[in-house]
Amino acid sequence: MELILSLGIGIMTGSGVWLILRPRTYQVIIGLSLLSYAVNLFIFGVGGLKVNAPAILTDGVPVSAYTDPVPQALVLTAIVIGFATTALFLVVLLASRGLTGTDHVDGREQSQ
Amino acid sequence: MNLAHHLIVAPILIPLVTGAALLLFDERQRTLKAMIGLASSLLIFAVAVALFRFADRIDGPEAARQGVYLLGNWAAPFGIVLVVDRLSALMLVLTATLAVPALIFAMARWHTAGAHFHSLFQFLLMGLNGAFLTGDLFNLFVFFEVMLAASYGLLLHGSGLQRVKAGLHYIAVNLAAALLFLIGVSLIYGVTGTLNMADLAERVATVGAEQRMLLEAGAGILGVAFLIKAGMWPLNFWLPPAYTAASAPVAGIFAIMSKVGIYVILRLTLLVFGEGTPSSGFGLHILLIGGLATITFGAIGVLASQALGRLAGFSVLVSSGTMLTAIGMSSGGITTGALFYLVSSTLTISAFFMLIELVERGQDAGASVLAVTMEAYGDADADDEEEEGGGGFAMPGTMAMLGICFAACGILLAGLPPLSGFVAKFAMLSAMLNPAGGDSAAPVPAYIWFVVFLIILSGLSALIAMTRTGIRTFWASMEGTAPRVLVIEMAPVLLLLFATMLLTVQAGPVMRYMDATTEALGATHHYVDAVTGARRVGAPGQEVQP
Repeated sequence: MELILSLGIGIMTGSGVWLILRPRTYQVIIGLSLLSYAVNLFIFGVGGLKVNAPAILTDGVPVSAYTDPVPQALVLTAIVIGFATTALFLVVLLASRGLTGTDHVDGREQSQ
Repeated sequence: MNLAHHLIVAPILIPLVTGAALLLFDERQRTLKAMIGLASSLLIFAVAVALFRFADRIDGPEAARQGVYLLGNWAAPFGIVLVVDRLSALMLVLTATLAVPALIFAMARWHTAGAHFHSLFQFLLMGLNGAFLTGDLFNLFVFFEVMLAASYGLLLHGSGLQRVKAGLHYIAVNLAAALLFLIGVSLIYGVTGTLNMADLAERVATVGAEQRMLLEAGAGILGVAFLIKAGMWPLNFWLPPAYTAASAPVAGIFAIMSKVGIYVILRLTLLVFGEGTPSSGFGLHILLIGGLATITFGAIGVLASQALGRLAGFSVLVSSGTMLTAIGMSSGGITTGALFYLVSSTLTISAFFMLIELVERGQDAGASVLAVTMEAYGDADADDEEEEGGGGFAMPGTMAMLGICFAACGILLAGLPPLSGFVAKFAMLSAMLNPAGGDSAAPVPAYIWFVVFLIILSGLSALIAMTRTGIRTFWASMEGTAPRVLVIEMAPVLLLLFATMLLTVQAGPVMRYMDATTEALGATHHYVDAVTGARRVGAPGQEVQP
C-alpha cells in the first residue's frame, strides 16, 4: 500500500509540476489541482498508513489500534481552502481570457 | 482570567465580524460601509495599542502566561493558542497603523472602483492579525490563506487589464507556495507529532539523527513558502508587477504583507533552530546570501525603474532583502536594528505607494517613461523647454506639499539623516561593525564589510532614483496643471510620514522596546514555558498555583 500511495503522489506531483510550467492558463489550473491532490494524499500519509482503523477514541481499545486523527483534520481544511482558492483562480482565468482574448498566461501569444 | 484577557482574540474577531456584516449592506451605501470599516480599523488600532502596552510590561513567566490565549479553553499543545508577546504586539500595531491611513485614502475614490472593497479589507486585516498572533503552524496556514484570499480580491480591485494579468501570476505563485507550505507543515508533523510552535521547539531537541534530515527538509520547504511571500530572490519576480498594478490604498496595506513572511521566518528560526538545539543555525547562511542577492536585485531594479510604481515595488524588495540579511546574521544587536528598520521601511513604503498615485495624477504615465528614455539618449528638444520655462511663478500649494512628502520618502528610503530610515540603518550597521559594543577594536570579517557596502549602496541607488524622478516630476512639469488632490488623500500620507517622524524623535524608547523584543525572542524557553504553562479557565486546583 505504501508503494501505491507514494507512486500515486509522485505521478500526480510530476504531472502537476509539468502542467503548471505550461503556457496555457487551463493547463496551469489543472496542474495546480493535481498538485493539491498530491499534497492532500501526502498529508494523509504522514500520520502513518492504517487500514480499517478508527480515529475516534473509545474505552478499552489500545491506542495503537487508532489512526492519527490530526492529518485527517488537516487534510479536510486543506481541501476546503484549496477548493476555494482554485475556484477564485478560475474566475481570474476567465477574466483574463475575456480581457486579453487569449488563454496564454502572459496575456499575449509568444510568437507575435 | 478577566475580560481584558479576551482582548487577545479581538484583533481577529473585530475584522471578521465587521467584514461579514458589511456584506449585508448594499454597495450603494458606500459612505456607511466606509464609516463602519473605519470604525472597525480604529477599534483594532486601539486594541493593538492596548496589547502593545501589555506586551511592553511582560517581565516574568507569570506575565508571559497572561499573554497566551487558549482557544476553546483547550490546553496547549492539544488546542490552538494565540500568543501575544513583544514581537507580535509590535506587528499588530504596525498593521493597524497602516490600515487606518489606507482606508481613509480609499474613501476618497478608490472604494467606489469595485464591489466589496471594505469587506475584503477587513478580511485582510483578520488574516494579518491572525498570522501574527497564532502559536500553531497549521493555524498559521489558515490565516495565511485568509490573508491571501482577501489579497487576491483586493489586488483585482478596480479591474483592468494590467491588474488581471498581474493578479493571475500572483495567484498562481501563491497557490503553489501554499502547497509547499502544506508539504512542509505535514513533514514537520510527521517527524515531531506536533503543530504547536512551542511544543515543536521542545521536541526538536529530541529528534533522532535519522529523522533530523526529514525535519530539516520539512523546515526548508516551509521556509521556501515564507520566502516566496517575503520576496527573496529568485522567488520574487511576481512581486514588483503585482504591487505596481494594485490600486494605491491596496498597495499601501500590501506593504506589510511581505513582512508577514519575514515575521514568521524570524520567529521560527529563533524558536525552532535557536541556539543550543542540534540543528542550530539551520538555513541562516541561505537567508544571508539570499538576502544579499535580494538587495542587489532590488537596488538594480530601483535604478532601472522608469515608472514610480515599479520603483516602489523594487523598494519593497530592498527592504525585504535587508531584513533577511539581518536575520541571516543572527546577532542580537543586528536584529534590534532590523526590527526598527522593519517598522520604518514599512511605514515609508506604504506612504510612498499612496503618494505615487497623487503625484502621477497630474501626468500621464507615458510621459514619465519618455522622460527617462530622453535622459538616457540625450534631450532632443531641450530648446523647447528653455523657451517655456522663463517666468518664475509660484509653485501651487498642492505641488509643494507633494514635493515635501516626496523628498521625505526619498530621505527615508535612502536612509539619510535626519529621519528614521537613517536611525534604522545606523543601528544595524553599527551592530554589524562593532558587535561587542563599546570601544573594542576586534577585526571585522570581510563578509561583513561586503554586507555593509551593499546596504549603503542600496540606499545610494534609492537616492539616485528618487532624485531623478523627483527632478523630472517637480521641476520640469510646470506647464502641466497641478493635480487635484483631496485633503483626505493627503492626510494619510502625512499621517504615515508623521509616524516615521515620531519614530525618529522617540528613537530611544522604541529602540529599548526592540532590544527587549530581541531578548525575548532569544530566550526561547520563556516562550515555551508561557505556552505550555498557560492555565485553562476553571481548571480545578490550578488557580491556586503560585
